[in-house]
Amino acid sequence: MPKVTFIEHNGTAHTVDAELGKSLMEAAVGNAVPGIDADCGGACACATCHVFVEPEWEAKTGARTEAESAMLNFAAEVKPNSRLSCQIPVTEALEGLVVRMPEGQH
Amino acid sequence: MNDAPFPTGQLDSEAFSLPLEKLDPGRPILFKNQEHYPYFARLRAEDPVHYTADSQFGPYWSITRYNDIMAVDSNNKVFSSAAELGGITIRDRRPEVRRESFIAMDAPRHDEQRKAVSPIVAPQNLAMMEVGIRERTVKVLESLPRGEMFNWVEKVSIELTTQMLATLFDFPFEDRRKLTYWSDVATADLAAGLVKSEEEREEILADCLTYFTRLWNERLNADVIKPDLISMMAHAEATRHMNPDQFLGNLILLIVGGNDTTRNSMSGGLWALSQNPDQYQKLVDNPSLIDSMVPEIIRYQTPLSHMRRTALEDHEVGGKLIKKGDKVVMWYCSGNRDDSAIENPNAFIIDRKRPRQHLSFGFGIHRCVGNRLAEMQLKILWEEILKRFPKIEVHGTPKRVLSSFVHGIEELNVVIPA
Repeated sequence: MPKVTFIEHNGTAHTVDAELGKSLMEAAVGNAVPGIDADCGGACACATCHVFVEPEWEAKTGARTEAESAMLNFAAEVKPNSRLSCQIPVTEALEGLVVRMPEGQH
Repeated sequence: MNDAPFPTGQLDSEAFSLPLEKLDPGRPILFKNQEHYPYFARLRAEDPVHYTADSQFGPYWSITRYNDIMAVDSNNKVFSSAAELGGITIRDRRPEVRRESFIAMDAPRHDEQRKAVSPIVAPQNLAMMEVGIRERTVKVLESLPRGEMFNWVEKVSIELTTQMLATLFDFPFEDRRKLTYWSDVATADLAAGLVKSEEEREEILADCLTYFTRLWNERLNADVIKPDLISMMAHAEATRHMNPDQFLGNLILLIVGGNDTTRNSMSGGLWALSQNPDQYQKLVDNPSLIDSMVPEIIRYQTPLSHMRRTALEDHEVGGKLIKKGDKVVMWYCSGNRDDSAIENPNAFIIDRKRPRQHLSFGFGIHRCVGNRLAEMQLKILWEEILKRFPKIEVHGTPKRVLSSFVHGIEELNVVIPA
């Protein structure tokens, strides 16, 4: 299982084992990482699992889908590297991934 | 009552004896009497995507299961919210009084107008509002009578949500009850008596428009742009050129959205706790459960029973073919009681594992813009209640609103022991 790191808005880092085939959001929720609300449970129907992917990882996490962009459109502090973590599948290639979290999930 | 699927006495409801094709779960009287639950229980089990051919609201589809509602709510390409097609409620308003607002509008215009106001509830702004909300909450709670009966809805729920709304609009504080009145007028069922005709409703809402137009003009011409909703709309490119009808539409949206919903969760939460003393004890023993109790209150109350869409093309949902032009009602009140998505959904449980997994805010691009503000208001209310009142006695049962849209409580009588 690849190790991935979530960094809270206040700087606290959480490194967890992410299960292959699940989503990055599920890795956070399953390991009780605070700051990922995931209200819709992974349906790309809210924007409460918002993360910022560190630039060097963008190629490996893939690009946003159209539906994902539509939801992120309404999140606070959206940046070019904003993603919904429920839309990032965990693969071996994500070993060592680092993502940061916004101040709040909206 | 905790584990009962619906209150005792409803098991012999006609919901189970009527032929399916006669089931019309959208009748407002069912909601006023809290008799709607067995209708939706039957539909979820036997006909989860249900067509009612004839009703006071005309023909409509009912979407009753959690996952089907999620699918419709997040498919805004097929399911439109546009005012000119009928908007977002089961009731079609007459074409001449159909009014646009960003909730009754599709992308991309919806997106632009929503973004003009959404920064007011961004995380940094919520943090700034927290102190003021707590001060107002403490003041209201401290002013409550002791040892005598009063209506919690009037003195707490309406007062707090109206003060919040006045703050968001920077609305003259002494006139704030006008906001409550306009909110109630905008959504009232004519049979409920608050307004007797659509003409009367329009006359009263015209006063609302006049009042807000004065504020708009003052703020449009102000030297300093203040961070209130009117100033934000007056100065944003997407909203500054709105015609009066659109302005009124967005005002009603923001007033109802910020008022009627949180108000009813403030009343519904107290009612739910009074009916579930084991949960209340759990809360008193561990006040940190407020965090998970707040979304549970919002799920359990489901302050808006439904949202409506209109199909833009033929589309299959749950094995049924919905035709272009059909009215589609997503019953959030039913999805929030669906045991295929939520464990033991008829029970009020303040420490659920995934309490935020509920439909009350909707999903997709129209998801409630004020969701986190609403949660914060409820959280502060319960924190301050627990600090000062060991007990709030609830007397009788709540008097409910005649509406299948607003799931509201008009009266909830309580005594706070002296």
